[in-house]
Amino acid sequence: MLRYALKRLLSLVISLTVASLVIFFVIEVAPGDPASFMLGINAQPETLAALRAELGLDLSKGQRYLAWVGGLLSGDFGTSYTYRTPVADIIAQRLWVSLPLALYALALSTLIAFPAGIYAASRRGRAGDIGMMGATQLGVAVPNFWFAMMLVLIFAINLRWFAAGGFVGWDRGFWAGLHALTLPAVALALPQAAILARVMRSSLLDVLGEDFMRTARAKGLSARQALWRHGLRNALIPVLTIIGLQFSFLLAGSIIIEQVFYLPGLGRLVFQSISARDLIVVESVVMLLVFSVIVVNFIVDLAYAAVDPRLRLRT
Amino acid sequence: MSLLEISNLSLSIYETEILHDVSLAIETGEIVAITGESGSGKSMTALATMQLLPKGAHTTGQIMLRGKDLTQLDEAALCKLRGNEVGMVFQEPMTALNPLHTIGRQVAEAIRIHNPALGRVEAETRAAKTLTRVGLPGDQFPLSRFPHELSGGQRQRVVIAMAIARHPRLLIADEPTTALDVTTQAQILDLLKTLAKEDGMGLLMITHDLAVVADMADRIVVMRQGEVVEQGETKHLLTHMTHPYTKMLFEASAHQVSLPEAPSPQPLLNVENVTRDYKLPRKTLFGAPGHFRAVNNVSFDLQRGERLGLVGESGCGKSALTRAILGLEQVQSGTITLNGAPVFTDTKPNLNVRRKMQVVFQDPYGSFNPRHRVDRLITEPFYLLPDPPAGAARAKAIDEALIAIGLSPADAQKYIHEFSGGQRQRIAIARALIIKPELILFDEAVSALDVSVRAQILDLLADLCEAYALSYLFISHDLSVVRTITDRVLVMKSGEIVEDGPTEDVFQSPRHPYTRDLIAAARMLPSVEQEHAHAHPG
Amino acid sequence: MRRNLIIGGTLCAVFILAALVSFFWTPYDHSVLDIPNKLQPPNGTHLLGTDHFGRDILSMIMVGARTSIAVALVAVGIGMGLGIPLGLWAAARSGSWLDELIMRGNDLVFAFPFLVIAILITAIFGAGAINAIIAIGIFNIPVFARITRGAALSLWQREFIMAARVAGKSAARISVEHILPNVTNLLIVQGTIQFSLGILAEAGLSYVGLGAQPPLPSWGRMLADAQTLVSISPHMALMPGFAIILTVLGLNLMGDGLRDYLDPRLRVART
Repeated sequence: MLRYALKRLLSLVISLTVASLVIFFVIEVAPGDPASFMLGINAQPETLAALRAELGLDLSKGQRYLAWVGGLLSGDFGTSYTYRTPVADIIAQRLWVSLPLALYALALSTLIAFPAGIYAASRRGRAGDIGMMGATQLGVAVPNFWFAMMLVLIFAINLRWFAAGGFVGWDRGFWAGLHALTLPAVALALPQAAILARVMRSSLLDVLGEDFMRTARAKGLSARQALWRHGLRNALIPVLTIIGLQFSFLLAGSIIIEQVFYLPGLGRLVFQSISARDLIVVESVVMLLVFSVIVVNFIVDLAYAAVDPRLRLRT
Repeated sequence: MSLLEISNLSLSIYETEILHDVSLAIETGEIVAITGESGSGKSMTALATMQLLPKGAHTTGQIMLRGKDLTQLDEAALCKLRGNEVGMVFQEPMTALNPLHTIGRQVAEAIRIHNPALGRVEAETRAAKTLTRVGLPGDQFPLSRFPHELSGGQRQRVVIAMAIARHPRLLIADEPTTALDVTTQAQILDLLKTLAKEDGMGLLMITHDLAVVADMADRIVVMRQGEVVEQGETKHLLTHMTHPYTKMLFEASAHQVSLPEAPSPQPLLNVENVTRDYKLPRKTLFGAPGHFRAVNNVSFDLQRGERLGLVGESGCGKSALTRAILGLEQVQSGTITLNGAPVFTDTKPNLNVRRKMQVVFQDPYGSFNPRHRVDRLITEPFYLLPDPPAGAARAKAIDEALIAIGLSPADAQKYIHEFSGGQRQRIAIARALIIKPELILFDEAVSALDVSVRAQILDLLADLCEAYALSYLFISHDLSVVRTITDRVLVMKSGEIVEDGPTEDVFQSPRHPYTRDLIAAARMLPSVEQEHAHAHPG
Repeated sequence: MRRNLIIGGTLCAVFILAALVSFFWTPYDHSVLDIPNKLQPPNGTHLLGTDHFGRDILSMIMVGARTSIAVALVAVGIGMGLGIPLGLWAAARSGSWLDELIMRGNDLVFAFPFLVIAILITAIFGAGAINAIIAIGIFNIPVFARITRGAALSLWQREFIMAARVAGKSAARISVEHILPNVTNLLIVQGTIQFSLGILAEAGLSYVGLGAQPPLPSWGRMLADAQTLVSISPHMALMPGFAIILTVLGLNLMGDGLRDYLDPRLRVART
């Protein structure tokens, strides 16, 4: 188990290194001088020179990459050109919106998808299954930002149960914060739940056809007992993969959803930075997103081993 | 009252009739074998007895277990019965266990499900006892083992443990040894027999292997296409078969062919000191990867016109050796030459040599691209020729090959799914014959076929030997087939050839202990005449 | 079970037809402003109503279908064009460093969700339909590479491939002649799924302003325009939304239908 974890950890470090190189390189090949690109065409030569020094553009590429990575590792993400504050502070502030939102949505999507998938699988071919699958088919087709607009129209504008946008902040209390994030989380979660429910159903159906399920029935377990005791955990393995992938979709999706609800999260930060050409912020946020995706997949890998004893042995 | 009495059982799945008017009975302590070829409905009879039928199944008739009609019981009553009064063992031990649970937990579950009041510890103690009974003592096989840590035979023992944990009255075993090696097969069959005797269980064996049937069963039920064609007490049935199908089945199982005289020896294939290693995954993160030696310093010759057999159990290295001879994989040391020319030069297979060899594989379903027609499939080896026949010459070659294997030239335009398993294997032979190779490798070529089809293919091979003076290497785990279809035999174990000699000599007086084990473990069908002389009256 | 195929095919056909017809004819010129008639709900003259500049929504949806279909089609083309050969190559050399390299490269692309790729590209090269295509296309490459490799790997174990190897055929030839035709069904099905994801992705990118730029009409941007007016004129948000949902639904249903239709194994199981 430890060896498996170490091996995954090594691959995580390699992935992160390569990802940081890619991001650095992409920003590097940006046409033109980053400093003049950031400041626009009317920049004063002295401001330009100051920014160049600030960005470390007078150093070699290798030195700059190492400085950037070193900074990331020590929590120093550089200083935003537009905000004039450390990027780490801005990101930390925004992360308090984006991360809870993604986790809230992930929890919702899992809570909806598991029962739905199990229900459909246990009723294969019957009306309940067909109805559920029709609903998920529709759920998959709905763009989350459009769904978000509809939620706003119904629950915020007409029913006035929620605010149409903005974020009250966590200092108003946990429940107030959660309340404010509910509509965005539902908008994010439902389409993902539809996908997850479909995966859960087909994975369970695959497992139901396995020989060991027949063995369980031959022992005297009822269909329901066999499903719960032997089917679910086996069906969970492909579902875990999708949950891992979904986290990255949710993070990315929250970038769009934050636009709908005017939430001060990472997504809005990215768009503001792009329009302000604040590349340091863009670079750091992208790195952070990629970092979280890689880390989540690492956790999923470990979760595999927890579920599947065959992996614990494999070196 | 019989232990189990099936009367007039008919079963259809959706509109297709699977079983028709099946009647049979098992007494307490009796071993009854249902036998027949694929599609005979023998497994479905077993599943019907467990009432574990696929969706859409509809039955009529009665299945009486100690006076209760199983077809009339509700699901809850059936759950109380399964694993408690009737236990079942399945064909595929590799997939029959839940990979995520320990063997102890799975056996204990079989006990606790019928006795929920039993504590976990007590259930585990009983599970350990049951595992010891089936030959998995706790000091070597603790309850905490996972299925993937056990071999196929050991896993089958776990499945048996689950089935007998509650001392059922009836044990159903559906092809319990088909997926296992010969020596393991013998052990599992002995175990089943012993357990049945000790517990006084009725044992219902489902098997296609007539040697097993003749050896174990008190009574035999022969099925064909969902119907019972004949049944009776074993010794009586073996001597007084009445139904032509039963006779055909037993004859085909013991089918002998007569090969033409081999021509005077003249070297064709020479394998010298061949070693083949496979890389294993790294044991430590940065350590060098380990090696698994699949073929270890193997040498042998094959003469022109010789029919050579290669027998061994799974994992003995016969497949690796086959791939090396075909030049598909490079060997680590040693040489393989055909007519003196190496099959592998440097890192490239030698096409001049390869066009003189062809191969027939085991799986009649997997060995053809489903998207091509027969003419294209069987002419694939023409790709090896520098100037392959085209137009009329190609058509003539196709016709000849198809006629030689007993199909008609018109079949060239059909797709492979239009043919039966036996016909497909004929087409595979046509593909091998079409470039008139000097050597053909038969890699378990008849292992997946039903006995009657197998007999026909063996006849075809004998005929082809007559017509084309074939030289072949016949690789198989089936000793009875190798015995009749080869002149000389090699026995392979753990990557080494342990015995090499004329087939009859090796079978009559094996020298190596492993060969002796192998031959002792393989149940040979008693010859019917012989049995007749010893038959008890009645 | 051809119901999926028929419903899905019909929906797709309607939108493809709408996109094609829009080249020659739309009810109104989609770019002409008609302020006096702005924000009209659906009625006899404007079947789907008008937007805040009085433009005819039906005409905009027809022209927008062009953008959506073109972006998704090219993105799937990029994914297939690069992903399938990579997958075949990796499978043919399975276990080698090449396979490892291709698969780890794939993992890396998966670590950048397409929106992040899009952000990177737009941050550097600016927003636009072409960059949206590249962003979605890059993300499609590992999808196709992975699915091709997976299917090809199991085919390589089959005996008919062994037979082809015995016939002296090279790995490249076997890949093209035997492997590719046997994975086509799978790729067609995945193609429709990726196509529908492409349409959703394009809409999302255009919605946040990273995709198609004015004056090129696009469903995503129509929704962005509708956002502030959603309480006054819900039809402005509803109509493009329905267009996206119906197209994606049609593609997904067609994908399911094709899978059932093309897979003989499933076809038997369903009867």
